[in-house]
Amino acid sequence: MKYLHQCLIILAVSLLGELLHALLPLPVPGSIYGIVLMFLALELKIVRVRAIKEVSGFLLDILPLLFLPSGVGLMDKWDVFRPVWLPFLVIVLVSTFLVMAAAGHVSQAVIRRSERRRQPHE
Amino acid sequence: MNELFQNSLFFGVFLSLGTYSLGRWMQKKWKLGLFNPLLVSVVLSIAILLLLRIDYATYQQGAQYLNYLLTPATVCLAVPLYEKFELLKKNALAILLGIAAGTLTCLITVALFAWLFRLDHAMYVTILPKSITTAIGIGLAEEMGGYTSLTVVAILITGITGNISAEAACRIVRITSPMARGVAIGTATHAIGTARALEMGETEGAMSSLSIVVAGLLTVIGANFFAHLL
Repeated sequence: MKYLHQCLIILAVSLLGELLHALLPLPVPGSIYGIVLMFLALELKIVRVRAIKEVSGFLLDILPLLFLPSGVGLMDKWDVFRPVWLPFLVIVLVSTFLVMAAAGHVSQAVIRRSERRRQPHE
Repeated sequence: MNELFQNSLFFGVFLSLGTYSLGRWMQKKWKLGLFNPLLVSVVLSIAILLLLRIDYATYQQGAQYLNYLLTPATVCLAVPLYEKFELLKKNALAILLGIAAGTLTCLITVALFAWLFRLDHAMYVTILPKSITTAIGIGLAEEMGGYTSLTVVAILITGITGNISAEAACRIVRITSPMARGVAIGTATHAIGTARALEMGETEGAMSSLSIVVAGLLTVIGANFFAHLL
């Protein structure tokens, strides 16, 4: 019964997320509402981590695999993709690398600054 | 071959699990970034489908059940987020500024390159949501008048790039703090990159999960302004 109950909680939150998506006029998908709802449920102790531990661990473990079907879907989009593939790839690859560098360095710089400020008091 | 599998619910899932396991095995054996299980399984699955002349629709008949699990799995990203929330609160400013800087960089670089390559408006707004999660990205591209099927491609390539190269990229640009690594990976490469961040460590995974949500919302706000530039 343990797994059944864990699945039930996770599916209930997923369903609530989809309901919010249907009801609210914002361009936010159900899964994002779901993360927020699940987080609130954990934070407000409505749901304990141990009540979903095994099933959530399993789902997070197979998360990359779940993107595979959309990845394989590339084979059906080849005709649309072919005429623009070069600029497309350059933009996506270079921009992704720069975004990682910018986001990482800005937050790292702020973390280090606050660490330096904290240290003299210790 | 297509007809043989046309009525099979298990073929798509079997092919997915099989090629993914093979990818994991290759990664363990050769310890090379290129043998990323997701990349290996996408390439092998497509190759096998083309070789056996099996349609995507036939494959998808079974594989759609993996899609079905995507929302519940995404919801579970709240667990690492919750477990690291204290750390997150203590560094809220650093995390938010990092995500904002990343989102802005994304919008600026895409606009700049689109102008350089003389892409038309529709193609430009197609690529603009590339760093956010598919579900938000598609809606956004549609609203701005882009080609949604290509937006999916851009988001996928971005995510797979992150999944393959996140660790190496962080090393090359010297991002050493686990928190900053998580912010970088989640902001740039959404859920597919986050799957890799979770493997790097709990802190990386939690920060990356948070970044998906925040970067997604910031991009929706920012893109509507950036869409008018080109």
